[in-house]
Amino acid sequence: MNSSIIVFPGSNCDRDIAIALEKLHFKNKMVWHKDTSLPKSDLIVIPGGFSYGDYLRSGAVAAKSNILNEVIKTANDGCLVLGICNGFQILTETGLLKGVLLRNKNLKFLGKDVYVKTINTDNKFCNKYKKDQVLKFNIAHNEGNYFTSSDHLEKLEDKNLIPFKYCDDKGNINTENNPNGSLNNIAGIFNDKKNILGMMPHPERMIDQVISGDDGLNLFASLLD
Amino acid sequence: MKFSVKVTLKKDVLDPQGKVVQQTLHNMGMDTLNNLRQGKYFEIDINENNESKAQIKVEDMCKKLLVNLIIEDFEISKI
Repeated sequence: MNSSIIVFPGSNCDRDIAIALEKLHFKNKMVWHKDTSLPKSDLIVIPGGFSYGDYLRSGAVAAKSNILNEVIKTANDGCLVLGICNGFQILTETGLLKGVLLRNKNLKFLGKDVYVKTINTDNKFCNKYKKDQVLKFNIAHNEGNYFTSSDHLEKLEDKNLIPFKYCDDKGNINTENNPNGSLNNIAGIFNDKKNILGMMPHPERMIDQVISGDDGLNLFASLLD
Repeated sequence: MKFSVKVTLKKDVLDPQGKVVQQTLHNMGMDTLNNLRQGKYFEIDINENNESKAQIKVEDMCKKLLVNLIIEDFEISKI
């Protein structure tokens, strides 16, 4: 499987994702934001970080970069796209995913491990997980508070477009274990066709049992199926 | 030709930064403060002599980059 990771000035999770993908034998290429063409890709990953120093709004400037025009075209043709953290923010700024990531409710940058529950596994990204599985992921963001219109929120719930919700270690989903104020504890969403996933937690930081836990590995393994 | 653009959060969008500023002003004894919302301000100088054409260009800049229309409103004025 061929993958491409888009690199912006200020990306800082690009190499972690490359290590995760290479561990599973993806043929991966790093693609600089100024490039105007994409290598042949089955998967495009937009990594976390602080592209362009989060100027204007997180992800707003990166969303207008050269390579994103290609990413948008390829994504609309059905290519798998994964945006993690700042990558999720960039995807919302391009319009590939609806909604927006607002400042965390408590105004604090959050860098910690959290639990998420798999709400929907019937998709390319989560088929190696069980439904209602509780996973430990890491979050590191200042703007992760997912917000969208009430119509779109209803659609996300009804059409099973929410793969992960924040929960506690037992899998209870409530406001107490919502770290950033996201609507309905949303940690990640799909587009209508489910070929584009945006999520705030970092699965690439959970790929080694010895270092951190390996709950993230199955997300990348799912893509190989 | 110069324009200013005022960007504000839509009414229904929570403004946690504004809330903190409001609370701080309250704590400083500004009791009459009713409500406070925080926004952004841009000054744009544009090479165009026709005002309505210039206005359209600034509007385009707002819609394509400066403003996220899901959560923000904008107001353009000539300066």
